[in-house]
Parts: sequence; structure tokens; C-alpha cells
Amino acid sequence: MRIGIASGKGGTGKTTVATNLARVAAMEHLSVVYLDCDVEEPNGQIFLRPEVKWRRPVTLPVPRVDLEVCDLCGECGEICEFSAIVPIGKKVLVFPQLCHSCGGCRLVCPLQAITEIPREVATLMGGEVGGVEYLQGLLNIGEAMSPPVIRALKAVAPQAELVIVDAPPGTSCPVVEAVRGCDRVLLVTEPTPFGLHDLELAMDTIGKLGIGCEVVINRAGANGEATRELCRNRGIEIAAELPDRRSIAEAYSRGEMAVDTDPDFCDRFLALLRRIEGWS
Amino acid sequence: MKQIVVISGKGGTGKTSLVASLAALAGTSVLADCDVDAADLYLVVQPSLVERYEFIGGKRAVIDHDACTACDLCRSLCRYNAITGGGEDLSVDPIACEGCGVCAWFCPERAIDMVDAVEGEWYVSDTRLGPMVHARLNPAGENSGKLVSLLRAEARSIAEIRRIDTILVDGSPGIGCPVIASITGADLILVATEPTLSGLHDLERVIGLTTHFGIPAMVVVNKYDINEANTRRIEELATKLGTGVAGRIRFDPAVTAAQVAGVPLVEHSSDGAASDMVEVWKRVRWTLSAGGFVT
Amino acid sequence: MARTPDGAGGKNTMKIAVSSTGPSLDAAMDERFGRCSCFLIVSPEGTEVDPVNNPCATQGHGAGIQAARLVAERGVSVVLTGRCGPNASDTLAAAGVSVVTGCGGTVREALEKYSADHASS
Repeated sequence: MRIGIASGKGGTGKTTVATNLARVAAMEHLSVVYLDCDVEEPNGQIFLRPEVKWRRPVTLPVPRVDLEVCDLCGECGEICEFSAIVPIGKKVLVFPQLCHSCGGCRLVCPLQAITEIPREVATLMGGEVGGVEYLQGLLNIGEAMSPPVIRALKAVAPQAELVIVDAPPGTSCPVVEAVRGCDRVLLVTEPTPFGLHDLELAMDTIGKLGIGCEVVINRAGANGEATRELCRNRGIEIAAELPDRRSIAEAYSRGEMAVDTDPDFCDRFLALLRRIEGWS
Repeated sequence: MKQIVVISGKGGTGKTSLVASLAALAGTSVLADCDVDAADLYLVVQPSLVERYEFIGGKRAVIDHDACTACDLCRSLCRYNAITGGGEDLSVDPIACEGCGVCAWFCPERAIDMVDAVEGEWYVSDTRLGPMVHARLNPAGENSGKLVSLLRAEARSIAEIRRIDTILVDGSPGIGCPVIASITGADLILVATEPTLSGLHDLERVIGLTTHFGIPAMVVVNKYDINEANTRRIEELATKLGTGVAGRIRFDPAVTAAQVAGVPLVEHSSDGAASDMVEVWKRVRWTLSAGGFVT
Repeated sequence: MARTPDGAGGKNTMKIAVSSTGPSLDAAMDERFGRCSCFLIVSPEGTEVDPVNNPCATQGHGAGIQAARLVAERGVSVVLTGRCGPNASDTLAAAGVSVVTGCGGTVREALEKYSADHASS
């Protein structure tokens, strides 16, 4: 079972849900893989504290032009949709950060003057803790594109009884890349107007991908009714509600796992795990 | 004209609530909601729509089956696994397609068209606090960075034409493309963070980004009273990295109450977190006019 | 076979492009190069003034690069602007187009200042 943990709004508790779920699943002796696909700001390791076993760079191919062979015909600049290769004056400029690695320039060059060289954009890391196999991608600061790094991370992820994909916030291409291939998605929300608004956007996104989803209401308090009504109207079930407790917020701020500090939370996560197991 | 951009690194640290209140305190400003994935600012500033435009993010490949001979060359060339099926089922997945045009260029039958992909809409609106540019990206939309660039260019034009001195930009979480597009050319970046280990970790990366682009930044610690030790660690880190400290905002249920009421916090209450935001604005204004940091 | 655009040399030397907010010499300059509203392309004597719309204004990445190609293709050899990003600068440099940043005021004023500064060359 591969589940994605996503939201529309940031800060609703994806990492809280993903890490605590991983912990209880490992406690129940399931084989668990945790994939931190929030490659811009991964936080899973703060809570799980894995022992790091390996690191490896992620590279993307970018063009290199052999100016001895090149006759400045300009075809590479014509095919490039991203202004990443620009024949101008007596040179061919390459802007690697704009390159989408489509390979078009290399294919189109009539003199085969273009080769592709690897450019490092991120680092993948893997480790293990308490029966959870932990993998993370970390985008280099200043790099713009997450999806290729998320793809690279997913490509090295092993199989397990439960694979938990901790997705980035939002509703656009990084989230799509992260949750593609998941059996189900848990959308984590908070019962505020912003949370509700963004939950609806997230439901639209996951729906467009054709993946079934359920909702986890985090910091559920007195204001949960609007969220429950939205779920009813959309025919989407609520998988769990996590209460709003200052003690949990304080524990989170210290990097502590909720299931370690709060027995009620632990019970709720066990119930969530049972529910997830019932999906397959 | 000064452009102030609020980003966060970690999501959910209170950017949008802060932008709304700063706008209320700033007199007239141009607002730009550049969190195009999850644009919430309109919920608390009540815009009335003036102009609406389609956003074309890029191109998508479309196969013309009348001309296609199912030679499969396009599928073998596509680096994004966006072409699936075979024979008459050969088709392009519009979500996976990056719009690079390689398939169309090399198709021997010229059976592939690159068509404009409408990825969302963008709007120019009026609010009590000033004109606002905002957008809605379609679900699973792409090219959010391009949409952000477009919104910022519009915000600048509006500010120039209407002679408004301040542009306030609500950014998105993370450090990738849309965030980079939000911050380039800004006069000051405000980083909203929270006193948690996650906030601290993400802050360091965000400051790495602002330093990379050479733009002055200040930190605001939101819900600081959840963990005062971490708040101090954040402020020390910020100072060590050459970032200013704009202030601290306490946890306050009035923040959600103001959201529910659909107004900026500083219009909803005057004590608690609202008074903290007033202090933040004072420091921001001072910094912009003095050109230095308050430490 | 297409040739790469080149602003240096040939009978089109010394055309000046100014990033502008509008199509007239009395329009305020646009501080940005890549995303300015339009370019005013002016012959050195100021006798020919050619306003050129800038389609790159709302482009995402690569706006500066494409704007640089646009002015180079028109045989411009000097650009007057406020600021210019690194990608655009590199492209202009490769095309042999020189850039003067930090210009301001109206287009006319920027041109006059440039002429005065380069009167002896």
C-alpha cells in the first residue's frame, strides 16, 4: 500500500501525520518506507532521526556545445522552448538553470556538436530508524525545479508493506509528482477558513489525478463543522481527527513525536493505521 | 516604490495573515498574492474583480490521429514519459507533458501540434487596501513560477501608473521556482517563521536563498510563545546570518477569528497579536527608510 | 540556414535601445530591461525613432534573454536601461551589445545624458 500525505495549505500537519504513522506502523511490525518528497524543505528527519546510511547527488543533463564543430546555424536555439540554449554573436550560450533536459538541442544539431553533461541539483539521502526505512531528497538552494528531484527519489525507493509519501504543500506540479502512483492520498487540513479553502483546491487536484482520498482534520476543535460538511458534500470520508492541544504543539516545536508523548494521539494513529490496512 | 515580499520556507507560519495586516497598516498599497497554488489573501481583503485573464503556462503536445502512423518515435524521444499507449491509443498525458516540443519537431508525419496550455486565470481587483493582483492556478497546474512573474510585473505596472509607493507580496512556502520568482527584485524580504525545529531548519535554507540573491531580509517569529527558547535561537541565527529581526507575534485565537470574519487581524482587534503586528510594521518601515537593520 | 543575430558591425552600427514605459521619447524609462513595456530604438543622431513592443514582458524565465535577442536582431549596439539580470547581460555581451545600467528619467533625458557622456568618442 502506497499512500500520499498531502494538503493544499502548508503547515497543516502532513509531516506530523506521515512521521507518526510511520512510527506506529513500524511498532506494529509492518515493513515501512518513509519518502520525504518535500525536497525544498524536508522535515521528516527532525522527528524520525534516522541513522544516515548513504547520500547520492541528483544530476540533470544539460547541453555542452563543441564550438570547434559548431557552425552557428542556430537550430538549437530554435528548438529550445525554455531559452536555455541561445546562439548569439559568435557563441552559443547555455543557461543550465533554465534547461528542462529535454534533449532536443542535442538531437537537432546537424553537426552533432552538442553533448549532454550532468549538472548537480540536489542530494538524495537514505537511512533507517526503528524499523522505518527513511529516504529524502534535498534540493540545492537556488535551484528552481523540484519535480525532477522527486522523480529521482521515487525511482530509488524500495518496496514495503507500507510506503508513506510525505508530499510538499500546494496543488501544483511538485505535489502531483509526489503523489502520482499512490494508491490513496490522505489530505491533512486544519479547520480555519484558509485551511478549508485550500482543502477544496487539494481535493480538486487529487481528483484530477484519479486517486482516491480521505481527509485528516488536524488541530480539530470547535470549528470542524465546515470541514466535515465539505467532506460530506464531496463524498470524501474523514479518516481521522487529531485534537488541538497546546502540549502537542509544544512537543512538535521540540521535534518530538506526538505518539511518543501523548497516548491519546498514539491510539488515534493506531486506529488510522487499522483503517489504512482495511483499504487493501 | 518599495516591494516587500513575505515568504516562509516552512508552510503555515502566518504569511497571509501578516500580509493582510501590513496592508491595512500601510495605507494604500498594491497587493500581489503570489501563492498561486493556494491563494488565500482574498478571503481577508474582500476584493471586487475588475479584470480577468487566462494564464497560458506553456505548450502541450497533442497528437492528430488522422496523420499519425503510430511509428512510436515520439514516445521514444519523450524524456518525461508523457506519451503512452500505442497505435491508435497513442496519446499525450497533459499533466506529464513539459511542452518541450521535441516530439512535434521530429514527428515524420507532422502529426503533433503544440498548443497553448491554459493553466489558470489571473485577476486585477480593487480592495479597500489598494489594488490587488491575484490568480488561480488550475488543479495540478504547472508553470506557477511564470504566473508569479506575470503577477509581479502587473503589480509593478499598477504601482507605477497609480503612483502607489508600496507593493506587498504574499509568497508561497518552499524555496523553489515560485518563491524565486516572488523575491527577485524585492527591496525587503520578510521571512515568517515559527519557533519549532522545523521552522528553524527551514529558515536556514530560506536565508540561504535570500543571501544567494543578495536581497535584504528580516525574520518575524509567529506564535513565538509556543517555545521561547527556540524563538531566541531563531533570532540569534538570523542575526548571525546577517538577517534582521522584525519582531515576534504571539499565539492568539483572534487570528482565526479575524479570518472567519474576513478581515485583517489589525482591523479585528487592537491588542494581542494585532499589537505585535503593529510593532513589526514599524520596524519594517524604519528599515526601509533607514536602509539598515534593527538588531 | 539561419544566422545568429549580431549587433556589432555592419551598416546598422550605433543604434541605441532604451527600455521604456511607452512609445514616445518623453515617456518615462522603464527601469527593467527584460520585462519593460517597450523599447525605443533610436539612430545615433536621434533622427529615427522606432518604438518596438516587448513581447517578453509577461514571459516567465528567459524574458531577459529573449529581449536581448530582440534588440540584437535589430542591429542595436548600445542598450540604456535601469537594471539588467545576469542572463540578459550575458546574452547582450555575446551579441556585442554594450549596456549602460542605472539610467533614469525620460527616454529623451537618458539619450541626452548618454550623448553628453560619449561626446568625445
